[in-house]
Amino acid sequence: MQGTVDSNSQSAGDAAIAHEEHQDLRVLGLLIFLCSEFLMFAGFFVLFLVYRAEAAAWPPEGTEVELLLPAINTVILVSSSFVIHYGDVAIKKGDVGGLRKWYLITAAMGAVFLCGQIYEYATLGYGLTTNLFSNCFYLMTGFHGLHVFIGLLLILGVLWRSRREGHYGAEKHTGVEMAEIYWHFVDIVWIVLFSLIYLLTLI
Amino acid sequence: MAQANLTDRGAGNFSVHHHPEKWKWYDYFTFNVDHKVIGIQYLVTSFAFYLIGGLMALAMRAELATPNSDLLDPNLYNAFLTNHGTIMIFLWIVPGAIGGFGNYLVPLMIGARDMAFPKLNALAFWVTIPAGALLLGSFFFGGAQAGWTSYPPLSLITANTAQSMWILAIVFAGTSSILGAVNFIITIWKMRVPSMDWDQLPLFCWAILATSILALFSTPVLAAGLVLLLFDINFGTSFFKPDAGGDVVMYQHLFWFYSHPAVYLMILPIFGIMSEVIPVHARKPIFGYKAIAYSSLTICLVGLFVWVHHMFTSGTPPWMRMFFTVSTLIVAVPTGVKIFSWVATLWGGKIRYTSAMLFAIGLLVMFVLGGLSGVTLGTAPVDIHVHDTYYVVAHFHYVLFGGSVFGIYAGFYHWFPKITGHYLNEGLGKLHFVLTFIGTNLTFLPMHQLGLQGMPRRVAMYDPQFQTINQICTFGAFLLGVSVLPFLINAIWSWSRGAKAGGNPWDAKTLEWTTDSPPAIENWEVLPVVTQGPYAYGEEHLTVE
Repeated sequence: MQGTVDSNSQSAGDAAIAHEEHQDLRVLGLLIFLCSEFLMFAGFFVLFLVYRAEAAAWPPEGTEVELLLPAINTVILVSSSFVIHYGDVAIKKGDVGGLRKWYLITAAMGAVFLCGQIYEYATLGYGLTTNLFSNCFYLMTGFHGLHVFIGLLLILGVLWRSRREGHYGAEKHTGVEMAEIYWHFVDIVWIVLFSLIYLLTLI
Repeated sequence: MAQANLTDRGAGNFSVHHHPEKWKWYDYFTFNVDHKVIGIQYLVTSFAFYLIGGLMALAMRAELATPNSDLLDPNLYNAFLTNHGTIMIFLWIVPGAIGGFGNYLVPLMIGARDMAFPKLNALAFWVTIPAGALLLGSFFFGGAQAGWTSYPPLSLITANTAQSMWILAIVFAGTSSILGAVNFIITIWKMRVPSMDWDQLPLFCWAILATSILALFSTPVLAAGLVLLLFDINFGTSFFKPDAGGDVVMYQHLFWFYSHPAVYLMILPIFGIMSEVIPVHARKPIFGYKAIAYSSLTICLVGLFVWVHHMFTSGTPPWMRMFFTVSTLIVAVPTGVKIFSWVATLWGGKIRYTSAMLFAIGLLVMFVLGGLSGVTLGTAPVDIHVHDTYYVVAHFHYVLFGGSVFGIYAGFYHWFPKITGHYLNEGLGKLHFVLTFIGTNLTFLPMHQLGLQGMPRRVAMYDPQFQTINQICTFGAFLLGVSVLPFLINAIWSWSRGAKAGGNPWDAKTLEWTTDSPPAIENWEVLPVVTQGPYAYGEEHLTVE
């Protein structure tokens, strides 16, 4: 019958060990979770495109978007994805100092991005409730900004934990990797968002 | 015991989990990370919500005994119909079938000591508590009244505070679903005992896998729609306000993109339970193992592309009606594959008419009826005729009550001995089945007729010509209410005093039956080894000392 206990003590023993040391599945878990998260953004993207197609003018007169500042912001966020990767490369060689350096720079770039976003909100001259376009604009960029903020917290968390000797090492850096993956995710979403909200207005 | 056994082996990065030999009663009220504790927490909590949602239904049926609105305040009636649906879906069937049975059984069935992420698992359970609290609390603010679908503009103009609480409740319940889904996918994928191949995976696990993929991809889209609704209600946006350029139909798309797959979230795990209960109690290998396993995945895939059949009357263009009619009818194929496989499993089997088996057979009958009315509803011309009538109510209660709830009951009778170490009483179980079966048909069969005659759903007052049929429904509903009592008494009594059950009381072949009843913490002292498929009844097998 299936599942007889003790029929083969050797392989049963292996299985028990496999449990105690079961593969670290957290990175995989995060990736699967991010698929789900991406679909939430996808819902917003589709909504945005439908409203764009239905509207007479999109964005309507008086609620045009700023282009230069978001473009600079985009460059900062996209390049931060490369910077954070250097941190990951560093820790895989066991270089905690390198990890701290690159993650600190990434955190700074993320903070600059958020400040740029807040500055943009403050100077745009229209608010969340002005019209349907501004509804979408603030909700989508705001929701993405929230994710940048969470990513920033994750990076700061990594930096905080890395102060402890031996917390991260060449063989032990799941937390570092997860923060990096999340940051890439935030970056990819922004590229889509930037194309939809800003670049499409040029057409 | 198990712990001592493992300590000398636990030399890796992961420290051995420290836990007592046995959980105390109060451990079940804490943030416990044991998958079996969490499974029981889900089962008991969701059953409590089932009773609450059921009482709301009884109140509504009592109101509907007469054509006039004389028992309940009409607003309260609306609040009951909204929260009855919401509670039954988000706090009873989904957490009960997926959270409850899924958590308890999946690690046991695949030979794992726990889920891949035990803490995340506990978190997923505990976020359902605020969901329930918000729904019940919303009654202090009049209760959400826009139906479980909460279409704008109705949801934008009625009971704003309660509606917002409703939205938050669904977001909490959805979060729980997504976290659970991530956990199940990884657990089934990566945590199987090394000797178990994919084609030895029990069909319940296949079903939970398909369910989880579906929940993972559909739930976030609902969350997106609900966030927009929340902003429309509270922060002055106009996503779904036509007078400011918004589009109410967009809400319906976002809503049904989740909520149609939600139907499969509620039935796929039940199909999984069926595939376990039927072969065990028919003493026969399951017919068409691969067909059943893959048909779950097919339903999951096709199920993502049928949602517009709920919107045939929402100004949907003809090409969409055509496309979604066809895709909807395609779902009947993998579902039929399952039904025929179960019938073929029963055919020529040595059937034991246990309570579990009775509910499984009852489910077959009821679900076929619900499935047939589903085919008629999936066809645009019929749907336009009966849209928003009691015909729809009849249909989804046949699949959700006659299907999902029957399946959960079958699961209770089947796995209760494993969970508690005691059998449920069979006499009370059979009484429970008979009352439930009669009650279900008495309540929901006449509703087809009501719908075809044109009685609209979601109303507290109706034309006097419908009174007789409504009274039959009301009588049936109260019979259903009574039918819960033998089960409740049975469960409470048998939990500690029922006849003792051994490790494998049904002589079943899946792995959960290779350990004690109830299983020790961390499930096995030494993990089992899989040498045969999970349904190898009557086949030659290795005897092992």
